[in-house]
Amino acid sequence: MFGFCDDPSVLPQWQWFACFLTTQTHFAFYRSFGVVMLLLVIVAPAALAMGFLGALAIRSRFPPLAWVGHGYVNIVRGVPDIVFFLFVPIAVGQGIEWTLHQIVCPDWDQPIRQGNDFIVCREARVPPVNSPRWMHDLYGFALAVLAYALVFGAFAANTLHGAMKAVPRAQMETAEAYGMSRGQAFRRVMLPQMWVYALPGLSNIWQILIKATPLLFLLGIQDIVFWARELGGEKTALFRFQHPDWRVWYFLAVLVFYLLLTWVSEKFFGRLMARALRGQGVQPRSGAAA
Amino acid sequence: MRTCAESFEAYILRALGRDFGERLLPRGLDITLCDQIFLIASGLIWNVYFAVFAVGIGFFLATGVAVAKADPRGWISRPASAFIFVFRGSPLFIQFFFFYSAFLLLPRGIEINLGFVTLTADTSALTRAQVGGLIVLVLNTTAYSAELFHGALRAIPRGDLEAAEAYGMSGFTRFRRITFPTMLRLAWPSYTNEAIFLTHATTLVFLSAFPARQQSGEAFFYARYFVDQTFNPFVAYPLVALYFILLTLAIIGLFALAGRRLNRHLPKERRARYRFRPQYIR
Repeated sequence: MFGFCDDPSVLPQWQWFACFLTTQTHFAFYRSFGVVMLLLVIVAPAALAMGFLGALAIRSRFPPLAWVGHGYVNIVRGVPDIVFFLFVPIAVGQGIEWTLHQIVCPDWDQPIRQGNDFIVCREARVPPVNSPRWMHDLYGFALAVLAYALVFGAFAANTLHGAMKAVPRAQMETAEAYGMSRGQAFRRVMLPQMWVYALPGLSNIWQILIKATPLLFLLGIQDIVFWARELGGEKTALFRFQHPDWRVWYFLAVLVFYLLLTWVSEKFFGRLMARALRGQGVQPRSGAAA
Repeated sequence: MRTCAESFEAYILRALGRDFGERLLPRGLDITLCDQIFLIASGLIWNVYFAVFAVGIGFFLATGVAVAKADPRGWISRPASAFIFVFRGSPLFIQFFFFYSAFLLLPRGIEINLGFVTLTADTSALTRAQVGGLIVLVLNTTAYSAELFHGALRAIPRGDLEAAEAYGMSGFTRFRRITFPTMLRLAWPSYTNEAIFLTHATTLVFLSAFPARQQSGEAFFYARYFVDQTFNPFVAYPLVALYFILLTLAIIGLFALAGRRLNRHLPKERRARYRFRPQYIR
């Protein structure tokens, strides 16, 4: 990075750190913070959309759809999430390959599960054989996003369903009295009003989502935890930058990053709540604004 | 291939270490369904161990921290609030990594000089999941429970406290007879959920930094081991999910018994109802 970095072993302290903290691997570490933010930015709207669909399904007057909604929410919420995070990516990955296999290689005569191997024909592999490394990374990340969206979608569905039920009945009755159809009443009256009731729950889910992001590490993605372990571990004289076990400092930095993130979100949702309450005839729930 | 009875004998206590049953875990094609059932079940020993001790110790610490946070004096309440903020605001997963690497840095034996005699404290136990991991879980559940208890403390009806004062109770007597039981009663439904979350969080101990010595881990550690070995997520993960659902039901049952005792003086309609609100990640 800097011109004086050629031989780190003779540098004075601050220059040594300037060089050390700007190595290629450190930039990978800094980028992994961006990966966390990217995951949050993708998963939050996806989970909200899933939650909205789930809540609509629960409210549906068509019983099978309502059962699907209830089933989705209760199954995901009833099973420990760590199980889901590890189960969904591998199960969906195998499911996609299995389906493709049935389509592109119908005359394959060997079983797919041979002993402990899962073997599909060459054309059915996802991502395709010989695809570059970033394709594999992207595919892994997409599966992880799917797992997060599924789990947090169920949480959001529950919150949004509760919020829809919390809109005062009189409001909906008034809408009906004005001759609005069910859909119109939902769009014009319920939808704008439900957010006040949903915000405390959504804020809670967002905080949980932030704290769930380090679990990416368990899916084999090179995330914050991976790089903190990698960079912090003891480096012997074989390495350009020699240092003892500094993992504790790296994890301290990660810890502070998460504390900042949750602290900023708390302030943000506090503001949002105050804004959403303007002009509404409801009292903030005690503690929600504090 | 082993019969079911053989794998029961080989693996039901395997989580305690390699001297309790088969030395090696089953591998590759040698894995039977019964192996998975019994080995994962044996891992539950550690889940229960972590959950019981963390909740048991954390309960008392949390009461202290909650009372400290409610204290009007800033120099008492501020450290308590900071403690709660740090442990609730950061992921448990990172806390495990942080504390594990911190414990590793401790010198092997710390010498404590008492003047006439020098004690040597062995710190190597802290890098073991059974001690170090438990400490992290205790601190974590203390923070979460303290926040619940603090909320309950603020919700105690003023009239109850004024009545206690009118009876001449003050200080510790009032706390023991009025404040503490009422706080517990109000917080109990959410505290039940906290115990459930904590039990589920015990799955993270071996998945994060702490090594599983002699391959003795908790239930989810073994489930993941089997999935890695067989590349088939459709047996071990549903199995471990089932075990955890049973564990959750057991916790709900136990806490409901305690809750009934806490509420025994109240008419039925005034009792705080328990609601299952599962959001496990922390």
